[in-house]
Amino acid sequence: MSQNPKTLFQKIWDSHVVAEERGAPTVLYIDLHLVHEVTSPQAFSVLKERGLKVRRPGRTVATMDHSIPTKGGYEAADEMGRIQLRLLESNANANGVRLYGLNSVQRGIVHVIGPEQGFTQPGMTIVCGDSHTSTHGAFGSLGFGIGTSEVGHVLATQCLLQRKPKTCEIRVDGTLRPGVTAKDIILAVLAKIGVGGGTGHVFEYTGAAIRALDMEGRMTVCNMSIEGGARAGMVAPDDKTFNFVHGREFAPQGAAWDQAVARWRTLPTDAGATFDQTVTLDASSLEPMVTFGTNPGQGVAITQPLPQPSSLTNANERAGLEKSLAYMKFEAGKPILGQPVDVVFLGSCTNSRLVDLRAAAGLLKGRKVAKSVRMLVVPGSQSVKLAAEAEGLDKIFKEAGAEWREAGCSMCIAMNGDQLSPGQLAVSTSNRNFEGRQGKGGRTVLASPLTAVASAVAGRIADPRPLMT
Amino acid sequence: MSAPKFTSLTARCVVLPVQDVDTDQIIPARFLKVTDKLGLGDKLFCDWRYLDDGSLNPKFILNQPEAQGAEILVAGHNFGCGSSREHAPWALVGFGFQAVISTMFADIFKGNAVKNGLIPVTIEPAAHAELVALRAKNPDLQITIDLQTQTVSWLGQTPVTFPIDPFSRTCLLEGVDELGYLQKFQTQAEAYEAAHV
Ligand code: SF4
Repeated sequence: MSQNPKTLFQKIWDSHVVAEERGAPTVLYIDLHLVHEVTSPQAFSVLKERGLKVRRPGRTVATMDHSIPTKGGYEAADEMGRIQLRLLESNANANGVRLYGLNSVQRGIVHVIGPEQGFTQPGMTIVCGDSHTSTHGAFGSLGFGIGTSEVGHVLATQCLLQRKPKTCEIRVDGTLRPGVTAKDIILAVLAKIGVGGGTGHVFEYTGAAIRALDMEGRMTVCNMSIEGGARAGMVAPDDKTFNFVHGREFAPQGAAWDQAVARWRTLPTDAGATFDQTVTLDASSLEPMVTFGTNPGQGVAITQPLPQPSSLTNANERAGLEKSLAYMKFEAGKPILGQPVDVVFLGSCTNSRLVDLRAAAGLLKGRKVAKSVRMLVVPGSQSVKLAAEAEGLDKIFKEAGAEWREAGCSMCIAMNGDQLSPGQLAVSTSNRNFEGRQGKGGRTVLASPLTAVASAVAGRIADPRPLMT
Repeated sequence: MSAPKFTSLTARCVVLPVQDVDTDQIIPARFLKVTDKLGLGDKLFCDWRYLDDGSLNPKFILNQPEAQGAEILVAGHNFGCGSSREHAPWALVGFGFQAVISTMFADIFKGNAVKNGLIPVTIEPAAHAELVALRAKNPDLQITIDLQTQTVSWLGQTPVTFPIDPFSRTCLLEGVDELGYLQKFQTQAEAYEAAHV
């Protein structure tokens, strides 16, 4: 046991302190700043007003993902979306910032391309004006979302004022059963702790079930840490992490690689280090999970009946559950299995990587999307799209009757024209089921790619496991 | 550069008795295509505030006569969860709110609020329940928020202390510009880079 055992979080925090003044938050150095079109315009304006430039353009990477049409071209975007995309282009150009623009074959969702291009590395501090920056913690980095004022701070100074959060270990023991995935782990964690349960904390996911996940699965889990209110989610780096990063365009090469790996091996939490809180979960007992309400903590095992508001003693929680069920048009105590589905969305920074598309295509192969269902498949990046096409996955989706799109956030946030109509029910592999998130009046059920495909085929919310035997 | 300032406020409030209000409700994503901060007040709580034909929903609390002129929002637990969009406090401030009282705020929202002069006031559930009950009886209830003493009070009751980190408090009381503050550390940042990069 080391003398002064530290957690993974503590090690990264300590090694990024630039300065600390009494009564003020820590000045933290930021290794990587990811930028997208929606939360950056007002930050670049502040720089312009003050005659400042981006301080470290080499540590800043921009992409277009939220407002971008997934049918290709600017034409499909509305006027305001076009202005936003063009503004990002001019801001990036004026500051010498690398931009994966409209026609880039590497463009994609900010949290997909960071790891894909090798920008995301263990031990880094990573920020973005986007709450799902927690995704990058899968590599043993500290990634968290910031507001637009802070985007301006990092652009101008490469530093951020931060108060140190508390830590929470989320230990997931056991082995997942077939048909149960990383998405089901995180939905089960959220159902257990609730949407505010992690407020003020950084999660570190540990345990056999987390170690057994591939990097994509770890990204899915860390991605939704913010849905529990946590600032960030992290997984200690291991050989899987290093193998994933190795050889990517912006990863260290040659001797620098060996040095980096040696450094990264010192990052995992020391034996004897303590967390402020611990939550445990047994992966062996999990089933596919779905949400039934209007926040991501309102989830149940797919075979279970919907909860009864009368079972809750807290009046506010009871009112919240009643309101959610009323919005979703679901009845307490009834099964969620078999509810008719209008749209299936396979995409978003939670589940749009090549392994997600492979898993979905594997289940969809030789089957058809139900006539009553519109299914959209939106790869997380153009690189994912090309790789999927090289494997023929696009054909499987198209032959089954699904739409095959260009990369972007698309119907996860419904800013680009891909959206639900009022009342429509979607089974979505994204991360938020808030009222109207996927289109005004739309109803969202969050699920894994496997559950999404099973539901697309059945035209109703369906368990993927019977299709897997 | 001008930074938002706040010392104290005495104003009427409006109660939104809903927990886990997410930033997608505060300002729906379709309004995030703006490239400045202005004009979002009209879109605050848009999908609750307006009916499908664009007219005001008379049932929504912000549209009720007694809500007019209220500058304090009394919200449910875990207010501002979800996305990091600073458009949420921009919309609340644009509408005319200067403070939100709740039993808990989401982390990113709280940070964003302070930077825009919107004071997040966290109080205990019992005090919150008492405030909501009093307001139900008295729509003209005046609330005083004093940042100097870090207290909130109503109807001459004993003031309740609320937590706010000392740095945010100083910034608000003195109008300190955070970016200006950070820029003072550029020599240290360069030294850090020389040692680490
Ligand atoms: S895919 Fe959805 S959650 Fe992810 S960055 Fe885009 S809008 Fe945000």
